[in-house]
Amino acid sequence: MENPSFILTRRKFLKLTGGGLVVAFVLKDLLSFADETLPSGPAAIPTGEVGAWIHIGEDGLISVYTGKVEFGQNIRTSLSQIVAEELKAPLSSIKMVMGDTDLVPYDAGTFGSRTTPQMGTQLRKAAATARQALIEMAAKSWNTTTACLSVENGMVVHCETHQTIGYGALTKGQQILRTISDNVPVIPAKDWKVAGKTAPKVDGRSFITGKHAYVSDMKVPDMLYGKVLRAPSYNAKLVAVDLAKAKGMSGVTVVRDEDFIGVVAPDVVTAGKALQLIDAQWQEEKDQPATADIFDYLVKNTTREEGAGDKNGDVEAGLAGADFRHSQTYHVNYIAHVPLETRAALAGWSDGKLTVWTGTQRPFGVQEELARVFKLNKEKIRVIVPDTGSGYGGKHSGEAAIEAARLAKAAGKPVKIVWTREEEFTWAYFRPAGVIEVAAGVKKDGTITSWKFTNYNSGSPGMDTQYKTVNKQVTHIPSKTPLRQGSYRALAATGNVFARESHMTDLARGIKMDSLAFRLKNLEDDRFKAVLQAAARAFGWDKPKAPGHGYGIAGAFEKGGHIATCAEVLVNEDKEVKILRITQAFECGAIVNPHHLENQIMGAIIQGLGGALFEKIDFAAGKILNASLAAYRVPRFGDVPKIEVVLIDRKDLPSAGAGEAGIVGVAPAVRNAILDASGTGIATLPMIPNGTLR
Amino acid sequence: MVLSVNGIKHEVSADPNVALLTVLRNDLDLTGSKYGCGVGACGACTVLINGNPTRSCITRIDSLAGKEITTIEGLEKNGRLHPVQEAFLTIDAFQCSYCAPGMILSAAALLNTNPSPSEDAIAKAMNGNVCRCGTYPYIVKAIKLASKSSK
Repeated sequence: MENPSFILTRRKFLKLTGGGLVVAFVLKDLLSFADETLPSGPAAIPTGEVGAWIHIGEDGLISVYTGKVEFGQNIRTSLSQIVAEELKAPLSSIKMVMGDTDLVPYDAGTFGSRTTPQMGTQLRKAAATARQALIEMAAKSWNTTTACLSVENGMVVHCETHQTIGYGALTKGQQILRTISDNVPVIPAKDWKVAGKTAPKVDGRSFITGKHAYVSDMKVPDMLYGKVLRAPSYNAKLVAVDLAKAKGMSGVTVVRDEDFIGVVAPDVVTAGKALQLIDAQWQEEKDQPATADIFDYLVKNTTREEGAGDKNGDVEAGLAGADFRHSQTYHVNYIAHVPLETRAALAGWSDGKLTVWTGTQRPFGVQEELARVFKLNKEKIRVIVPDTGSGYGGKHSGEAAIEAARLAKAAGKPVKIVWTREEEFTWAYFRPAGVIEVAAGVKKDGTITSWKFTNYNSGSPGMDTQYKTVNKQVTHIPSKTPLRQGSYRALAATGNVFARESHMTDLARGIKMDSLAFRLKNLEDDRFKAVLQAAARAFGWDKPKAPGHGYGIAGAFEKGGHIATCAEVLVNEDKEVKILRITQAFECGAIVNPHHLENQIMGAIIQGLGGALFEKIDFAAGKILNASLAAYRVPRFGDVPKIEVVLIDRKDLPSAGAGEAGIVGVAPAVRNAILDASGTGIATLPMIPNGTLR
Repeated sequence: MVLSVNGIKHEVSADPNVALLTVLRNDLDLTGSKYGCGVGACGACTVLINGNPTRSCITRIDSLAGKEITTIEGLEKNGRLHPVQEAFLTIDAFQCSYCAPGMILSAAALLNTNPSPSEDAIAKAMNGNVCRCGTYPYIVKAIKLASKSSK
């Protein structure tokens, strides 16, 4: 292992926990680390091998250590429920310690809908192991066997004597470390009492009273406020700069490190003034792609011949044998995440050690970024992520953390940076734009004979068709991108599912087949079929519709979530489009928290409406032209149609994540409904920036 | 100048053209009011000025002499939550909750002028407040609940 650091040494364990019982979930089955009891063994587990750990202290408090972070998914609540369930302990006795690189085991980051299936499973097993350990400790203490012992309400109970002992009393004076890797019996979902039920956000009160301190709210003694000089456009070169006026301001420090120029001041107003007093001259690059020619640019500027993909059979022969053939090019614009809390960081140096509070989805990734920039050992860097004002895949990186750390180093005092909305729009990253070409053929009976799908630039996730197709060719071709692009909720699946599900409805219409029946005929996945049927039933797919109204359906499975969406729209004589209602069915295995799952799916639908209907980054000559919430339109109260969420609880299946799949069905369902109502098949996201069909 | 915030008078030394949000957050350590956009377009910075919902990020402090400012920190009275806060807690409306203070103050102001708003009236009155997590239907539900409970 590179740079071996042993996090669970006895010393560190004691320092962290002060004794008690610790159960660590080990990612790899490391027999040599199994069942170490600290006083007798060297109990040291390599950092990278631990997924999570649970500590039960002498006060009965159950502390859960995980590298996952809370950005509004409400995982602080759902993971607590999972641990409470296995340990049969009150929810209030559980404390989640999240996203602090000094305290929690390494974690790649909070993305990809992985918290519930991966971290949830690890914590479930760790908690189950802790339960077993507590029962064994009680048996030893009572000089009996474990046969008659069980747990309830944070205590071990004897079935005959009805004697009880609390977890805190059991762990008092103990220093026990257990490690587990897998194969621990856990409580089946059908028997859940705490998990599987709606529990309110565990610390909801601190949010609705404004008491929760997001990074942007934090203040530490001697803290200064930082601002960074930005280029007027992408790729602009700094030609000359006069820092004298800013430097002359009382209390202001100006920091220059080649092209990086920043200011720090005792208050935010002074920092802003100092930045304005910097006289910088830039050489701008005017000849850069613009919104108007982006799709042409992406197709002409591919970076390699062929990227990821899949090929079966012969698409040309399949096309030749079709009764109906249909080709269409779909376009997806760049969109912005617009997390309501912009990037923020507070950094401070002390004795060569750097501590940074920042809202990132990848605390350990940002720790690595900082280690590279400052040429420091990772152990010298602590990244802490307080519960953050959302991310949606947009906060994987550590720009603000690096900037705050640079300024703090130069100033010799802690520095906080909060990006402006304009900075967030301009210097973060976007969901990639893309061009998707689909050519397909179908027989009159609904058999798909050929499926050719080519994605330029926007990405491969969700690209492969989920329908039966003998002859298919699915390809992703990366392109040069004029804008910085990166992760976004569901990644490229939103655009890929839009293209696929639009095309599926067009094929069904081409052979005059009901588009639900056409999908069901070509599906093998029972879970996908079940959500389509559930959505159609709740929506009333078979019910007649009024003149000018249209119905649309779409679906997919993505990252363990199975989703189907139905939409009803009205297109009036002036070609104005009104989204009337949306019904979405969702299934992700055994539900951990029904209300929070519904909220997550509801939120995904509403966020999805933005990218489907009107969200679009407008750019030219290296400038973002709508870098403001007055210009870039996001969904608001008035944009929300009637929405029904149908949740299917499959207690027989493992729980999967739900953060992403919920967003992919909205755009194609609405598009197909508009087509049904008006005959116009839109092929570009966003579909109706002005609310009308041209 | 003197600013009256949540019933307490504060002597403030900031320039008269500085935004109220900046003074609240940086001079008075009242960080419940949030920065979201800086142009009055998202509602995260909403406070009440003489009871009217106001975007504090575009409100200069020199316009506030003699006026009473209420922030999210001032809604809770003697440890008791405002009925709108209670309703949001009961409905468990939020995800990241960054928009929550602005939403709650806008909702409280709405219910002051219209104690029993229809869903359309709620959507219209709240349209300037953005929840990027998309929890709008739960926010509407919470406001409906508060409107009933405040009767």
